[in-house]
Amino acid sequence: MATSSATLTPASATMSKRRFGGDEVAHIITFLFAALIIAVTIGLVWQLWLHSAAARQKFGFSFLASKLWNPVTDEFGAVPFIYGTIITSFLALLISVPLGVGAAIYLSELAPTKVSNILTFLIELLAAVPSVIFGLLAIFTLIPLMRDYIEPFLKNVLGFLPLFSGRAYGIGYLTAAAILGVMTFPFIISVSREALMAVPREQREAALALGATRWESTFDAVLPFARLGIIGSVFLALARALGETMAVTMVIGNDPSVHASLFAPGYTIAAVIANEFSEATGDVYLASLVELGLVLFALTIVINGLAQMMIVLTTRKGSRKG
Amino acid sequence: MKKLFAAGLTVLGTAVLAIPAVAADTINGAGATFPAPIYQKWFEEYKASHPSVQINYQPIGSGGGIAQLQKGTVDFGASDMPMTDDQIKQTPVKPLHFPTVMGAVVLSYNIPGVTAKLKFSPEAIAGMYLGTIQKWSDAKIKADNPGVNLPDKEIEIVHRSDGSGTTFVFVDYLSKVSPEWKSKVGANTSVAWPVGLGGKGNDGVEGLIKQTPNSIGYVELIYAVNNKMAFADVKNAAGKFVTPSFESVTAAAANSKEMPPDFRVSITNAPGAGSYPISTFTWLLVPSEIKDAAKKKDITDFLAWMLTTGQNDAQGLSYAPLPKAVVSRVQAQIKMVK
Repeated sequence: MATSSATLTPASATMSKRRFGGDEVAHIITFLFAALIIAVTIGLVWQLWLHSAAARQKFGFSFLASKLWNPVTDEFGAVPFIYGTIITSFLALLISVPLGVGAAIYLSELAPTKVSNILTFLIELLAAVPSVIFGLLAIFTLIPLMRDYIEPFLKNVLGFLPLFSGRAYGIGYLTAAAILGVMTFPFIISVSREALMAVPREQREAALALGATRWESTFDAVLPFARLGIIGSVFLALARALGETMAVTMVIGNDPSVHASLFAPGYTIAAVIANEFSEATGDVYLASLVELGLVLFALTIVINGLAQMMIVLTTRKGSRKG
Repeated sequence: MKKLFAAGLTVLGTAVLAIPAVAADTINGAGATFPAPIYQKWFEEYKASHPSVQINYQPIGSGGGIAQLQKGTVDFGASDMPMTDDQIKQTPVKPLHFPTVMGAVVLSYNIPGVTAKLKFSPEAIAGMYLGTIQKWSDAKIKADNPGVNLPDKEIEIVHRSDGSGTTFVFVDYLSKVSPEWKSKVGANTSVAWPVGLGGKGNDGVEGLIKQTPNSIGYVELIYAVNNKMAFADVKNAAGKFVTPSFESVTAAAANSKEMPPDFRVSITNAPGAGSYPISTFTWLLVPSEIKDAAKKKDITDFLAWMLTTGQNDAQGLSYAPLPKAVVSRVQAQIKMVK
């Protein structure tokens, strides 16, 4: 309000009067839109909290520490699902971040414009493919590939680690992580590329003028400038990986237990909710699934919070150095 | 959230359909997914011959159907398993169980090099799913399959990962034939499986069986028939190996010795030489008291139609029809809707 009265000049009193009214209306409307986001979020948490009451009362905090998931005896715990969700998402990013950022660098810095445009179009197309299609792709090509080639290879080379031992079904954490990697890949490329393109031309020219090679200019001048955007793309990918349901449930084996081996079948939070909700019998069973939803929500907030903190810390460090 | 969403949908559906309801009576139902194809066909056909009656059915799952009925948001529910005494107590108006059609669960397998039809005893099935029988060359499997060259390979077990009536029928059967299964695992729409990989839906299980050499899994009979999957004969309570088919499923219902008056009965492991042991009814759940006289007439008329004309549709859609003896008893129950 203070700013609008400050811009008020006597020369155009009527015009500013009208503008003043318009500002007021726009302010209220856009505020309502913004408030809607908060209302939806609060409503979501409130509903999850309300409908998980039966499980919270019965299990308390032991829900977060129990590995048991038995609908027959009505005993439920979240550990296998939290573990599965975190391990698959983490491995997925381990695969997709280097590939995605690398591809984005090629597209924005090195590729001829024509090639870059065609590839960018294809990547955006890939980002729009429904996840069930990725799931089918995984069942028909990725599972046999993992079972017959990749997992036996890893077992031969790294078999001394518990992570890469045991029976290789081709179905399990590793395959789920691989398909999540493929699914998050286009997000990382697309957003990282935008961030790299937004780096001012002068940044590159200055580096080149100082005698840097093309690669040195990209690595030392362009990448640090686009760092925030690239990290943003990683969050977007992480959010998709944490919440992905269909493609994961098709390849992870849906086994509610914790296995040390990445070849073993597991489960994720989103997958178990989708699988068991419609036929859940009994209040505690249903409430436990809702509480898992609450856990996923909290997990997303915590991971995003940690990531935000990481940005703040690294940004400060960077500026001190510079 | 899904249930809220479903409830919201029901409310929305009722609200939207309340407008043309002046001209036609609208009846809403929700529940089991397994019989949904034949229910949809029935309601369409019934509408064609009775234009004033519009029946809507939402296949949201048996558990959801029971919950909606308890809340009174639907006129009838549908379930693949009978309601428990507790569930009936929690329902304001006592529901009646009307068997509609029958289905069965079959064991399908993928063993490279084996083309012969396999035969399983209840002990072999329970042993595989408990993890005590680990190889195809196990004596308990070999004994029933002379002449079949079963490999000395690990058995990969596949089961449903989503809660389902199919799982309930299968584990209900295992609980009856194996005391160890009953004490260790038990029966529900989803259970804590001792071993195996989980696939979502019949198609998910089929996908895992096809993709995993030396695997075995269970799917609905209609699904296996429609998708031309190989499935096994199972030894029944009378000691005979029976191929799952419409005839052997209907026989299981006809031979089931104790049919309680409220039809809440599991017909797994039924006696009789021709009975396929992993068979089940699926039920419509109708309140025993319907206040709206027009609605009551529509629902009871439909039930009478379903038990006569409707049964003819069953085999065309790969469901087993009810045995004649059961039909006449169910017809008598229609009068109990007050």
